[in-house]
Amino acid sequence: MFPTPIAVSVELVHQFTDGKLIVDLGKTLARVAIAFTVAMALGTAIGMALGRSTIADRLFSTWVVIGLNVPAIVIAIILYISLGLTEFALVLAVVLNKLPLVITTVREGVRSFSADFRDLATAFRLPFARRLRLIVVPQLLPYLLAAARTGLSLIWKIVLVFEVLGSDGGVGFRIAVFFQFFDVTAILAYTTAFILIVFAFEYLLLRPIEGRVLRWRAA
Amino acid sequence: MARGLDLKIDIALKRFDANSPPLFDNFRLTLAPGSVVALTGPSGVGKSTLLRLIGGIDRDFSGTITIDGRPASEAPPPGFVFQDPRLLPWLTALDNIRAMRAETTREAALAHLKTVGLVDAAALYPHQLSGGMQRRAGLARALSVNRGLLLLDEPFVSLDPALVAEMEALLGEVLAHTGATTLIVTHDLAQADLLAQRVVTLTGRPVQAREGAGRPAP
Repeated sequence: MFPTPIAVSVELVHQFTDGKLIVDLGKTLARVAIAFTVAMALGTAIGMALGRSTIADRLFSTWVVIGLNVPAIVIAIILYISLGLTEFALVLAVVLNKLPLVITTVREGVRSFSADFRDLATAFRLPFARRLRLIVVPQLLPYLLAAARTGLSLIWKIVLVFEVLGSDGGVGFRIAVFFQFFDVTAILAYTTAFILIVFAFEYLLLRPIEGRVLRWRAA
Repeated sequence: MARGLDLKIDIALKRFDANSPPLFDNFRLTLAPGSVVALTGPSGVGKSTLLRLIGGIDRDFSGTITIDGRPASEAPPPGFVFQDPRLLPWLTALDNIRAMRAETTREAALAHLKTVGLVDAAALYPHQLSGGMQRRAGLARALSVNRGLLLLDEPFVSLDPALVAEMEALLGEVLAHTGATTLIVTHDLAQADLLAQRVVTLTGRPVQAREGAGRPAP
C-alpha cells in the first residue's frame, strides 16, 4: 500500500528533474507569499485599529468572529462562483481565511500594551516615529511573530485545498491529479518536497528573525 | 554644572472626573532654580498626580505650569524618575538612555551611566540588573533627558534599607553635581529632610500645601 522511503526519494528526484515539481512549487509558493503578505499587512492595520478604538472594535468584532468561524471551503466556493476560477479568486480566498486570525492576534497584542510605557513616552515626549519604533513595535513583535507562524501554517494548508478545488497548477492541483491515478508514491514525493520547504522557512527564516528580535529575552 | 530651571505651578482646578470633588483648587507652588523640594503627604493625596501634571502625562486640568517662564508643554520635558524603574526590557541599559532623545550620543549616554556608577553594566538588559542598578539606570535616563529639572516619584520605594541609604547618597551627589531643580515625592520624612532644602506636605481635598524646612542649602 505505502511505498518505501527509498521509492519516495527516487520519485522526488524524478519529479524534481523530469517532472513539474519546480513549476508547481513556484506557483504554490507565489500564492502563499502574496496571500501571506497581504493578510499580514491588512490584518496588522485592522488589528491595531480595533485594539486602539473601542468603537471600531464594537463595530467590527462580530465580523471578525464570523470570519474566524466560516469554513474556509465556503469562502473559496463563493469566491470561485462569483469571480470565476481565477488566480485572484484563489489568493483572495486565502487572504480572507487568514485575515481574521491576524486581526485577532494583533488586536490582543495592542490591548496588552503597557500603560506605563505609554506614560514614559509621553513624559519624555517621544516623537511619533520614535514611539512607534521603540515602544509600540517591540511590544507588538511577539504577537506579529505568532500571527506569522500560525498564519503561515494555515495558508500552506488552505492554498493546497483551494488548488485542488480550482486552479491551473500548483502542488495541490498536482496532488489531485496523482490522486486520480492512485499514485501514492508521487503524492508522498510532493508532500516531502513541501515539508522540506516548510522546514526551510521555519529554520532559515522565521527562527533567525525571532532569535534576532527577541534576543533580549534570552540574554 | 547644569543650570537649574525655574518651576512655577499654578493649578486653577484639577478633578479626576466631572462628578468628583476638586483634587487641586487654586494650588500654587514655586521652585527656585537649583532648589530641591520634597513632596510628602498621605497616600492618595495627589503627590504623584502633581508630578504627572508637571511632566505632561496628565494634561486634563486648568491652570498653568511654567518652566523657566515657558509653558511646560513648550519647554523641554523634565527628567522623570518613576516609582518603578520602567526601563524598556528590549533595550540595554545604554540604549535605554540613548532611546529617549535622538541627539544623545553613545558617549553622552555612557557619561550619564558613569555619573550613577553603572558604566560597566551598559550592555546589560534590565532583567540582568539588580533592583538598585535599575533605579540608577532610571536616574541616568532622567539626567539624559533634562539635567535642569528632575521629577522623582518615590524613586527608592521597595528597596531594602541599605540600598536606600546608598541611593540617597548617590542622589545627593548627583543633585550637588548637576544643580538641577528637583521635586522629589517621598513618604520618608527622614529622606525628605536629608535630600531637600524645602519639605512641602500635601494634605486634604482640595489639596493644601504646608511648608517645612529640610536640610540647609549647600
